[in-house]
Amino acid sequence: MTVSGLLSVGLLAQIVQAILVLALAPALTGLVRLLKARLQGRRGASLVQPYRDLACLLRKDVVIAENASWLFQAIPYIVFTMIWFAAVLVPTFTTVLLLGPTADLIALVAFLGSVRFFMALAGMDTGTSFGGLGASREVMIGSLAEPAVLMVIFTVALVAHSTSLIDVAEYLTGTDVGIRVSLLMALLAMVMVAIAENARIPVDNPTTHLELTMVHEAMILEYSGRHLALIEAAAMVKLLLYISLILCMFVPFGIGTRADGFAGIGLGLVVYLGKLMGGAVILAVFESSIAKMRVFRVGEFLGGALLLGVLAMIYLYISWAV
Amino acid sequence: MLYMILGTVLILFALGGAGLVMGQWSDRETVEGWIYAGSAAACGLNAALMVGFLVSGASGMEAAVPVGLPWLSARFRLDGLAAIFLLIVGTGGVLSALYGFAHRRHTQDPAWVAFFFPLFLGGMTLVPLADDAFSFLLSWELMSLASWFMVLASHQHHETRRAAIVYLVMAAIGTVAMMLAFGTLAGAAGGYSFEAMRGADISPWAGAMVVLFVLVGAGSKAGVVPLHAWLPLAHPAAPTHVSALMSGVMTKVALYAIIRVLFDLLPAVGWGWGLAMLAVGGLTAVLGVLYAVLQRDIKTVLAYSTVENIGVILTAIGLAVAFKASGYAALAGLSLVAGLFHAINHSLYKSLLFLGAGAVVSATGYRDLERLGGVIHRMPVTAATFLIGSAAIAALPPLNGFASEWLLFQALLNGPRLPEWALKLAVPVVGALLALATALASACFVRVFGITFLGRPRSPEAMMAKEAERGILVVLVVLAGACVILGVAPMMVLSIVSPVVETLMGAPPLADGGRGLLWMEPLAERDSSYSGLILLVAVMGMASLMFLVRRQASGRLSRSHAWDCGCPDPNPLTQYTASSFSQPIRRVFATTLFRAREDVEMPEPGDVSPARFTVSLYDPVWQWFYRPVTRVIGWVADKSDAAQLMSIREYLAIMFAALILLLTVMMVIR
Amino acid sequence: MSTLHYDIAHVLDGSVLLLGFLLLYQRRMFGLINIFAFQALGLALAAAWQAHVHGESHLYATALIALSVKAGIIPYALRRLIIHFGIHRTIDTALGIGPSLVAGATLVALSVMLVLPVTADSAALTREKLALALSTVLIGLLMMITRRNAITQVIGFMALENGLILAAVGVQGMPLVVEMGIAFEVMVAFIIFGIFFFHIRDRFESLDLQYLESHRGERR
Repeated sequence: MTVSGLLSVGLLAQIVQAILVLALAPALTGLVRLLKARLQGRRGASLVQPYRDLACLLRKDVVIAENASWLFQAIPYIVFTMIWFAAVLVPTFTTVLLLGPTADLIALVAFLGSVRFFMALAGMDTGTSFGGLGASREVMIGSLAEPAVLMVIFTVALVAHSTSLIDVAEYLTGTDVGIRVSLLMALLAMVMVAIAENARIPVDNPTTHLELTMVHEAMILEYSGRHLALIEAAAMVKLLLYISLILCMFVPFGIGTRADGFAGIGLGLVVYLGKLMGGAVILAVFESSIAKMRVFRVGEFLGGALLLGVLAMIYLYISWAV
Repeated sequence: MLYMILGTVLILFALGGAGLVMGQWSDRETVEGWIYAGSAAACGLNAALMVGFLVSGASGMEAAVPVGLPWLSARFRLDGLAAIFLLIVGTGGVLSALYGFAHRRHTQDPAWVAFFFPLFLGGMTLVPLADDAFSFLLSWELMSLASWFMVLASHQHHETRRAAIVYLVMAAIGTVAMMLAFGTLAGAAGGYSFEAMRGADISPWAGAMVVLFVLVGAGSKAGVVPLHAWLPLAHPAAPTHVSALMSGVMTKVALYAIIRVLFDLLPAVGWGWGLAMLAVGGLTAVLGVLYAVLQRDIKTVLAYSTVENIGVILTAIGLAVAFKASGYAALAGLSLVAGLFHAINHSLYKSLLFLGAGAVVSATGYRDLERLGGVIHRMPVTAATFLIGSAAIAALPPLNGFASEWLLFQALLNGPRLPEWALKLAVPVVGALLALATALASACFVRVFGITFLGRPRSPEAMMAKEAERGILVVLVVLAGACVILGVAPMMVLSIVSPVVETLMGAPPLADGGRGLLWMEPLAERDSSYSGLILLVAVMGMASLMFLVRRQASGRLSRSHAWDCGCPDPNPLTQYTASSFSQPIRRVFATTLFRAREDVEMPEPGDVSPARFTVSLYDPVWQWFYRPVTRVIGWVADKSDAAQLMSIREYLAIMFAALILLLTVMMVIR
Repeated sequence: MSTLHYDIAHVLDGSVLLLGFLLLYQRRMFGLINIFAFQALGLALAAAWQAHVHGESHLYATALIALSVKAGIIPYALRRLIIHFGIHRTIDTALGIGPSLVAGATLVALSVMLVLPVTADSAALTREKLALALSTVLIGLLMMITRRNAITQVIGFMALENGLILAAVGVQGMPLVVEMGIAFEVMVAFIIFGIFFFHIRDRFESLDLQYLESHRGERR
């Protein structure tokens, strides 16, 4: 492809991806819910249910607390846009993305960090005890999860000689990296963090409203109507984003690269959908087979992830010396 | 140009002196107005000159001024490195002077603050210019003493007096260490000009001693753990605009001293020092921010967060030392560029945060976070700018704090190239420590902003707070704007910083991929890039798409009581407090490190006395570092106390013994 | 040796170490025993892989011992012991989980720094294997120091031993690997029996004390 051809393909792929992540995210959440219901012996709601929920929330009026400030109303928009943008940056089915060089993995993590920053502020804005509770737990989780992700990223970046997501995906598909202990450890750490970041069992429970255990739900307790719709949608996109990120960093095989042309990119789309479904199945099975842990065990859980990340780095250094 | 700057310093000194004299018979407000306006003008001129100097890329200029000791004239020299720090001093100075100007009507500080303020600025301007040890130490002391007097502003409080004493002792130790460093550098030949030091032939051992002394001397001024203990006591005690200067600017001047000695005056520094600085920097960053999360006083939080940022910059300098010692000049340059950029950024957002906090404190009268809350409704502009500052210091893209940390991480990612095993292993660990510090900083500033500005007011004063004066708001908005601009266009700063670093390291630190100001692309061989501007534009574009959704959705909005799971409590004291907010982090991190203990005192059923919850923290640094030192000093004092109660005969005996000893020594030396 | 062989060996060794970390992380007795069984399984696979690649058939015996005794019999016996004697099922730590994980990571760094420069002229895989094995040994030792229960001591000891076997398997041409394995198993068996007997004594003593206390209480 020529440079201008590449640019236009990149733009097209970028737009397709922006729409794709939005369109797929509710279905993914629905799929996980459905699979969990089946595993627990219930029939479960259909895949379309999350879409219906969002549409329903959009139609409802907004009620906000008396002393909520302008920030409280702005944050759903900020959070949703940031997560959407982050999801647009992660190569899902192709690496030919126009916005790819704008932000690398470090920027992506920092972006997700800003989402946490604003979500926690939203929790504190109404001045209720639950909001503060959720926010304080969320920042505790974040303070361990973020360095753990950075360690994972460092590991992957050192293998691929770049922190750019596109380069990482292309390097891992293009060269024979083989199986590495450091990448294995990094994958494990990344999965642990992804579980914590997406408020999944065993760190948090996306369906609970029990004050002793809730983290994410406690922060968004005061939201309603379109604000809540945006935040829920953001949470769905975030789940998709993390699964895509893990896929892109550790199993990017089948992704459409520059050399593959249109057919390769189309194939990449199919492969991506398959991998996504696989991810949903693993998540559902994992969540159904494990119990929620106490909030203060989360520190050890994520501390373990952080140490795994550091170990992964150390091992990488060893195998480089070899 | 150098003479112009020295002229502005003279003006600053004159302002201080004139204020001292004029204060006797003129009314205070006018005098202070003139002093602050004059200081702002002088600093503004300096900053503008420095921008011009850096952009033009002129080489160094020198001047010898016949002041000081009779046979030695003070030498000054302006080069790129000095210019960068002068730019920091100038920018910080002009904005805090403007804050002082706008705030002068409501100030309750004693009159001497305004007189020492220009002296402080003058001292800080002279330190980077100094080209010999004498003028350096003289300006260094001027900077310390002037700030010390301003720390004493609220001398009626017991804590302030304690802070001042600790500060004085630490400043004295620091100056002694700097003297020893320069003394060792000058060596037996006694060349006290920097020129002579550069050429001096120095043994490796002496070089190591110099590095140690500089790290102690300048490190204590900058607030490096474990020498930081004075900083969170002294910085918050000073009036707001002085706190901003001390935290934002004075710590940077101290780092200047480290950079000057390590990369300019000393011919080579061993990689071991790089390792030590990496370790100390990482620890400083994490400990500083951990302390910050646990504090209740808003200005103390900011002071501890300064300790954290100093740790980050020290890490960058340490990495530069390690790379330089291993022969990777370009990577050393990249690390140093990241450090300098972070120093500039920190001076901006820390000034912003201190001044914003000062506005809140003077509007409510409380520095205690537990008394604040809901201020965003009454002080919207302060709140918005403080939010930008918080986001910048929490390293959120696309603001400037993120840009410099990004560069530092890119430099860290080259750690595997270092040949020594200790460094190879230290770099990932330090990376993890830095990442931890960054994430904790985010938590810390969520807490500060959330407790101060959001929620419901926790005191009547917070409920009735008034927005700050317009002049203060202008300062805040300018600083916030600078944070945004440096964040989206970091190359603006990097393009003037990197030539300076190139002259220090001898290799261009940034591989400019030919993409100009839009992109940060530090290393040619890696394809890592970041563009804050495109990021911002793309996010804005996508956010505007939101309005399509907004139009489709129901637009009605009504206000009601907070839901709070069905049991809202109207009493604002039921909100999460600053202490409860930090509880999870305290449990996870501080239980072993600071021995955090929680004691709940629950009255018996039927007893009407209140339940009490106390948190006790324990500072390992005081325990393991300062306590032994004070104990030794106390022991020596106790023992020498006996010398006061001797008879004349015994005193004579001591003198006689000393005389005999001296004579013996003379004999032996002969 | 092809890269795939190398990679698989590497991953198997790495997973033994990783499971060592999980041992430090666990707070529940049964979880601990399960993880230990998995670690033994990892060791067995590593030994079997080594035997397959290098054609050293005696290593199959090592693998078999590890699989049957360590991944099978010992966990089963420990489990029976716990259920039978009603041993407390949470792990009593002398050093918290977080700090012991940090200590574990430091030990890994230490062993890497120790092994790699010393063995600079050995084959790549051997070096890494030695570093991994030494880390596993040190983590086992750490586990013995920082956990108070008798059962965790045994598991710590066996994790240490796993590390030793890993090292022995990794170095080509090391004699007596099998014999060493058997010797260790016998020793572990003795330790378990020791706990068994100690526990009985412990229990009778405590019963005795309780009896005494209640007796005094009646009198008062």
